[in-house]
Amino acid sequence: MAYPKDYKYTKEHEWIQVKGNSATVGITDHAQESLGDIVFVELPKVGAQVEAGKSFGTVESVKAVSELYAPASGKVVAINESLNQGPEAVNQDAHAAWMIKLELSNPSQADALMSADDYEKYIAEEK
Amino acid sequence: MSSTAEGQTLRKTALNAMHRKLGAKMVDFGGWDMPVEYPASGGLVKEHLAVRTGVGMFDVSHMGDILIRGPQALDAVQWISMNDASKLQEGQAHYSALLYPEGTFVDDVIVHKMGPNDYLLVINAGTREKDHSWVRKNVSKFRCHADDVGDYYTQIAIQGPKAEATLQKLTNVDLSQIKNYWFKHGTVCNLPNTLIARTGYTAEDGFEIYVPSDVPTSERVWNEVTEAGKEFGIVPCGLGARNTLRLEGKMALYGHEISDMINVFEAVLDRYCKMEKPDFIGKAALEKVKAAGVKRILVGLEAVDRGIPRDGYKVFDESGVEIGYVTSGSPAPFLKKNIALAYVPPQHSEIGHEVFVEIRGQKVKCKVVPTPFYKRPKKS
Repeated sequence: MAYPKDYKYTKEHEWIQVKGNSATVGITDHAQESLGDIVFVELPKVGAQVEAGKSFGTVESVKAVSELYAPASGKVVAINESLNQGPEAVNQDAHAAWMIKLELSNPSQADALMSADDYEKYIAEEK
Repeated sequence: MSSTAEGQTLRKTALNAMHRKLGAKMVDFGGWDMPVEYPASGGLVKEHLAVRTGVGMFDVSHMGDILIRGPQALDAVQWISMNDASKLQEGQAHYSALLYPEGTFVDDVIVHKMGPNDYLLVINAGTREKDHSWVRKNVSKFRCHADDVGDYYTQIAIQGPKAEATLQKLTNVDLSQIKNYWFKHGTVCNLPNTLIARTGYTAEDGFEIYVPSDVPTSERVWNEVTEAGKEFGIVPCGLGARNTLRLEGKMALYGHEISDMINVFEAVLDRYCKMEKPDFIGKAALEKVKAAGVKRILVGLEAVDRGIPRDGYKVFDESGVEIGYVTSGSPAPFLKKNIALAYVPPQHSEIGHEVFVEIRGQKVKCKVVPTPFYKRPKKS
């Protein structure tokens, strides 16, 4: 699976797509593969503040609960409610199955994150 | 759950290389390097569904086996085990437990009567050494030997509605004649005198075979079972599916529903505890428990609101008072519900009663439901 070049990536396997002051966030294909079948996604409420590096929700497989970490700080302006009934969408296409949309407090925060190439190297080393 | 890269300090079954070759995700289970799921066959959910609808195969060689043999083998078993072994016929097995004097659990066990002076106890992997010490100490006053033979066997479980059809291809023992919880010895995969038991931990029909534990034999048998089950969609199944399958069937797991802090009546396992038989370890304490009544009891829960109750989560009543805890909780892949087993005071144990499980700070409504959550369909 190719990692989109216009996304940035965190060490905790989230991706963020920045467009001006707005961003979309999800988890990577590597993350969904490690988790196995995803059965539950817990997202914050619209209007909530998230802080870079802090947990904003959880994703659960049958066996385990994993925290979701915000790649950047901001206000939640939209959440992907379809993941409530259809969490498997994350397994099917993790890079399309967005979780939250943010109004960023500091758009340049995402610059420090990994590029697609860096992320691919990172996960290759992890193995 | 920690993953193992090479599992160097962990114990391995003879099939360890096979699991790794199949691309299994490996974990440390009670000191053993074991497969939790096999992504190549679709992972936990697919494995679970294969057992419910077709057939799945498990390496359960990590479990322990204690042979008690001698002129007083039966007396020894009767002393340490709560069920009544004198009711077993040759070729028959039953579920039981080894108890402490307090009436709490050393381990649960399947007791097989191999012969008049010959009993096989199959025990948990995580408690092998503890059980063996316990058994040796407590049977020492009887004329018998207690031998740990776990390392001699590779134990493969073949489970599901197509388990019999699968295994039948590999043996000329007529499997249709082996009743549930009975066993026979016969030739399996050209290995003579192999123990074939109609037992398992999945709440489905199935068999467990015990073959020599050398790697070439173990791998050959694994491959032959795989080939025999191919037409029924057989997949290798790991500990992840093993746990969700046993949970749907409300089968106890040591360290969760049963432990050295929980007694037989609390765990609702008293139907396997024959108080009418002569004295056994734990009997006196259990008589007191029976007379006094239990302060907590094991119940089945089903999540009503959104959320997955998991092991260790706290249980509250509707006024916010903490009343108990979850022993095992998980999504149920076949039932498509989120289920749990939990200890609560008896007044909260009525079917339909609502309690609240705290899931990451939120109180999620659950209701008490009958157990087992799943019962396999009766053969028509």
